[in-house]
Amino acid sequence: MPAPVTGAQAIVSAPQLQPPVRAPLGVVVLDPAHGGTDPGARGVGGVRESDLVLDFAAQIRTELEKDGLRVLLTRQGNEDPTFDDRSALVNAQRGAIFISLHVGSTGLPGTVRVYTLPDAPFLSSSAGAGPGAASGLIPWDRAQAPYLTLSRKLADIAQGQLALQFKGSPNSAQTAAVRQLRSVAAPAIAIEISSVTTEDRSILDRMAPGLAACIERAVAAFRPVYDASPAAAAGGMR
Amino acid sequence: MPRWMRWTVFVLAVAVVFAAISLLRLRRRERELQQNARRTEEQAQRELTQPVIVTPSDVKTKAKLFWAAEDEPWALAPVVIELPLSKDPALRAKQVLNTLLAGPVDVELRTLPADAALIEFYLLPDGTGIADFSEALSSSMPSGIQSEELAVESIERTLQANVPQVRRLKILIHGQEVETLAGHLDLTGYFPVYFLGTPAPVSAPTAPAATPSGGPAAAQPSPSGAAPGPTQAPPAPAPNPQTPGPAKNPAPTPPAGQSPH
Repeated sequence: MPAPVTGAQAIVSAPQLQPPVRAPLGVVVLDPAHGGTDPGARGVGGVRESDLVLDFAAQIRTELEKDGLRVLLTRQGNEDPTFDDRSALVNAQRGAIFISLHVGSTGLPGTVRVYTLPDAPFLSSSAGAGPGAASGLIPWDRAQAPYLTLSRKLADIAQGQLALQFKGSPNSAQTAAVRQLRSVAAPAIAIEISSVTTEDRSILDRMAPGLAACIERAVAAFRPVYDASPAAAAGGMR
Repeated sequence: MPRWMRWTVFVLAVAVVFAAISLLRLRRRERELQQNARRTEEQAQRELTQPVIVTPSDVKTKAKLFWAAEDEPWALAPVVIELPLSKDPALRAKQVLNTLLAGPVDVELRTLPADAALIEFYLLPDGTGIADFSEALSSSMPSGIQSEELAVESIERTLQANVPQVRRLKILIHGQEVETLAGHLDLTGYFPVYFLGTPAPVSAPTAPAATPSGGPAAAQPSPSGAAPGPTQAPPAPAPNPQTPGPAKNPAPTPPAGQSPH
């Protein structure tokens, strides 16, 4: 689906001002969506998306740390950071990727879908000059643009793993104008598990170990891709 | 076992089987009645909130509407319905979107909340369609990337199939720009809409630099100068490089240069 065309308001950072050193992939920022007063999707049995994704993130963190990766969470408890607070956490890291975790209200129960942003005019490099174009700076609202290729590679690898584990899941990643991903200056994907409609939360809880293992395998498979990618494809020298 | 006892057991077994079958039938009937009641309620609500728009120039047309697919409810499928449609593109957009909101025969295949209503639809000279929906589009929408994506895509594809003049779409909620539809899908920008796979060049610039997100493209006069743009749109906020994060957009004013239908 085409994505919305947005304006550019602010500048992420000045990568061109940094020494041209690119860090290998060493950090994974996990984003348990929603939180605080925003429970996200709610099921009839009282299942809340914000609680589920926090538990999923804890299990995924454990798996990733076994591979020597540094794992950061955009929230530790029942807080609700803004989209930009969450993006700011990953944008401050070098050699990082971003994985946003969701549980939807729809879809075939027990399936998982991976999303990246679509290639909309505003995200393409030829989209025209934003305020930072002349200086080479990355506008905050288009921070994801230089990373789309890598994001899609990560998404396809992750979706491939998830399709093997969770039958009925699509074989290839999807695109959607997910707000959270737009301002992330790193390879970024959103993962949505179906669904909160289940009355028994334990069904979703039982998916967590498999989900964590799939993400661990996907990140391990993506590491050499990230490390070998040209600096430009990884959004400069970050 | 005496003969009379065998007969009693047999009769009881038959009664139990009969009762089980009756119970299943009753449950099925109850579900049907509940579904019918829901349809009737929705129908009544639609009649109140979405009056049918008919003009003398309407021509019966085979309109293509996009609801969830029957065999794959997380994908869209076109449904062809004969509708009286106006030649005026803004009116026509309202007519097809109201039909989309009214929902398919099978309510399970609806993509938009039953209580949502289209407040207004504006079409600007540069092909920008601005669809202003009631609060319920956001508040009653099942939260999730997939459900929100399906909702917006059903609007886009329905416009794409029936109103070729719409080149891009802006969605407002009760006259206001909102950050997301229901927590996931980005509504701060414009959705490109191309007519049935024939990408048409958009006459208005779509790059953010040329279209500050301070409001819909309503704020930008048509570059062709064919028609004046709205004159009362709020000024766009100046980008502030010192503040990382998208600036909050002011609420767009309904385009003053356009006559709502």
